[in-house]
Amino acid sequence: MPDILRRGASWFSALGKPNNTGTKLFQISGHVEQPCVVEEEMGIPLRELIEKHAGGVRGGWNNLLTVIPGGSSVACLPTDVLGEITMDFDALAAQKSGLGTAAVIVMDKSTDIVRAIARISYFYKHESCGQCTPCREGTGWMWRVLERMAKGRAQKSEIDLLLQVSKQVEGHTICALGDAAAWPVQGLIRNFRHVIEERIDSYQARYSFDEVEKDLSEMVEAAQ
Amino acid sequence: MTKTLIIDGKTVEVDDDLTLLQACEQAGAEIPRFCYHERLSIAGNCRMCLVEVVGAPKPVASCAMGVCDLPPNRDKSPKEIRTTSELVSKAREGVMEFLLINHPLDCPICDQGGECDLQDQAMAFGYGGSRYGENKRAVEEKNLGPLIKTVMTRCIHCTRCVRFMTEIAGVEELGLAGRGEDAEITTYLQHGIVSEMSANVVDLSPVGALTHRPWAHNARPWELKKTESIDVMDGLGSAIRVDTRGREVMRILPRNNDAVNEEWISDKTRHVCDGLKIQRLDTPYLRVEGKLRPVTWEEALASVSKRLKAADPSNIGAITGDLCAAEEMFALKSLMDRLGVKSLDCRAPVEALDPSLGRASYLFNSMIEGIDGADCILLVGTNPRLEAAVLNARIRSRWCRGGLKVGLIGEPVELTYPYADLGRGPLELAQVARGDHPFMETLRQATAPMVIVGAGAFTRVDGQAVLGLCAQIARQAVEGSMPGWNAFNVLHAVAGRVAGLDLGFVPGEGGFDTSMMLAKADSGELEVLYLLGVDEVAGNTGGDTFVIYQGSHGDRGVHWADVVLPGAAYTEKSAIYVNTEGRVQMTARAVYPPGDAKEDWKIIRALSEILEHTLPFDMLQELRTEMFKAVPHLANIDDVAVPERQDLDDLASLAGSCNDKAFVCGVRDFYLTNPIARASSVMAQMSEFNQAMNRKSAPVAAE
Repeated sequence: MPDILRRGASWFSALGKPNNTGTKLFQISGHVEQPCVVEEEMGIPLRELIEKHAGGVRGGWNNLLTVIPGGSSVACLPTDVLGEITMDFDALAAQKSGLGTAAVIVMDKSTDIVRAIARISYFYKHESCGQCTPCREGTGWMWRVLERMAKGRAQKSEIDLLLQVSKQVEGHTICALGDAAAWPVQGLIRNFRHVIEERIDSYQARYSFDEVEKDLSEMVEAAQ
Repeated sequence: MTKTLIIDGKTVEVDDDLTLLQACEQAGAEIPRFCYHERLSIAGNCRMCLVEVVGAPKPVASCAMGVCDLPPNRDKSPKEIRTTSELVSKAREGVMEFLLINHPLDCPICDQGGECDLQDQAMAFGYGGSRYGENKRAVEEKNLGPLIKTVMTRCIHCTRCVRFMTEIAGVEELGLAGRGEDAEITTYLQHGIVSEMSANVVDLSPVGALTHRPWAHNARPWELKKTESIDVMDGLGSAIRVDTRGREVMRILPRNNDAVNEEWISDKTRHVCDGLKIQRLDTPYLRVEGKLRPVTWEEALASVSKRLKAADPSNIGAITGDLCAAEEMFALKSLMDRLGVKSLDCRAPVEALDPSLGRASYLFNSMIEGIDGADCILLVGTNPRLEAAVLNARIRSRWCRGGLKVGLIGEPVELTYPYADLGRGPLELAQVARGDHPFMETLRQATAPMVIVGAGAFTRVDGQAVLGLCAQIARQAVEGSMPGWNAFNVLHAVAGRVAGLDLGFVPGEGGFDTSMMLAKADSGELEVLYLLGVDEVAGNTGGDTFVIYQGSHGDRGVHWADVVLPGAAYTEKSAIYVNTEGRVQMTARAVYPPGDAKEDWKIIRALSEILEHTLPFDMLQELRTEMFKAVPHLANIDDVAVPERQDLDDLASLAGSCNDKAFVCGVRDFYLTNPIARASSVMAQMSEFNQAMNRKSAPVAAE
């Protein structure tokens, strides 16, 4: 702030990109070597931000699964854009995400992304004030469906149902918490649908009808 | 200021102080809503009223968006609003789906079924089926008192009840506690609501979360026949709708009348209907050897006429009661006039109202609607909360908008709005009238002052002097007011008084008034006393006076009567009542009276024939024609008959010295003020509940 006063507005605007000027405080957390808070120029490439200031991704750049660039309210980024994406409003909005609070959450390949988004949606369900209908009812619904999806205990058609529900919440609420609850869910489905589907398949494989029958008959035998 | 909008392709000009929802409705669009209510503040939390505003990034809650708040288009073209587009119907389906996911499948056992906003809007605007597979949440029931049944699982959190209790009833007992999914409407301390307007929240709740406990599981709305009528539980004449099934009055609901009761009715008005079935007089009785024996009409009327013929007209008296309608009072007066009886009175003992001083001396002259514009009110000897609960709520509404000063001379009571306590009785009143009190200056400077006098001020020996002082104050107060404004207002707590005074049912030359008649009945000097629905006074049965009681319920009047003639209650006859402002209103017959009970005017007509002074009417319409000849303004139903004489000089001249007894409010127990209320078990419950609550809030010895 004193620097801006001393050096002038045009100096500050010269930093960053057009329409995305100045600096931002990036809080880098998650699977990085050195989580930190840095003030950097807007438009800095994500890779540079993580490797220069946070010591790089745990296990190397190729271990990176996804990044939530702006705090839990915005959608996660697809893996393939992570190498090139720059940290500014426009670029991230073009990816259907957002800069938000610039709280960069880095997640490597050890992350269970479905459980992570389920936990985020639990946060929104908990924080909902309860005044307006879509958020009060919708956040709970989304969380419960995601919890089941994290275990794989769902149908594949429910993925589209969840997407529709999130669209019903988004934009229809009194405050932005409804949007904030909807976007991570949309980001998950848009970028990691295959993970949810694999989870469902493996659950159904584990708990197929024959398997359940086998389990039950084993239990009955053991009891006798 | 108006603004041009294009709503659903139609160009309309709307006032820009409207909300977008009101503008769309003006343009003919139907906007679903749950939390929006015209008489409450805007909440905007149900999200059902979303409409598309072209150019806005997301749909807009039309109840919360003012027309003047719409950001203008850059090219200054009128803003376009769509209420039937794809975006809007998807939004409505979405919100409806969310409302239904946690809503229990209670329709078969829910009292609101058939008149439920959720049902109606789900049919009109919702998805066809449910996609929700998780568990539904459940909420514990709350204790909101004996009148309101709560099944809070059904609650959709529209918060209408919270806003009503806070804003209109003035009792801040309901609130939304908890957060998110766990949000519940509750009374913070779980002890039931103490307010005479509490049951209105049941009308407001769009779902079956709040329903009427006395009529739980009684009937479905489509089985009921609806009759529009007028309430007689107080002097306001609130507009009601009587719902009946067969011969039974199932419930009473409010009707909209902006000039009188807006959309509310008091709890007494609403729940007194079970009293219409209890303690009913359904056959004539004759007292034989100290006990009342059922007899036929012929026998009863024969015994009445025998005594009336034998008595000296100067020793016959007639008193009418609080629930009497104009028709029967007119019939009785006509009969008594033919018999040469001068002792007639429609007033309570020592009630100091006098029609010879002009109609303005006993009416609510500023009109109930006048409260909406009042800026200074002086309450004298009245507790409007108990005497006219809906009127009190209107005063509170006015106070909420700011700029209203209220002063009270009388009992210091909790009114739901603050007031300046100016004193207890005539002493302070005289000070104000003399100009020695600063409040007189406040009244004088007000542009629309009101002096509201209640029965506690004029039902006393020095009542006329008190009324005179009030008239003087009112006259001085209007010095700074709008021309034509009359600040003098008498608040009647009973429905029958104004019509009685209008008909001139007061003692003639040499006749006795109510207190004299009762005293003479006690001593036996009076030979015959005709009580038309008089239950607020009691006498003793041992006297020589032959007491005839005609009414609908077996209350106090029956106890000292020698003949009992069963009449009809207000839901059982088409009858004219005049409310405290002079508004002439007509009830309608919803059911027939039980057993052998007859309409009151018919009884008097039959009696007149036996007495060989046959009254000149055989039908209700003929009676009314005669009555309108005598008192023309009674013909203008629903209009206020403004008195031609607006000056109060005659009344003001009676101002004089009063005794210094404090004003005592006439109503001691709100729930037991008339025979129908006293017969009602719901009213008895409420009275007990209220007393228990008062005991709880009274300070204990240690405090």
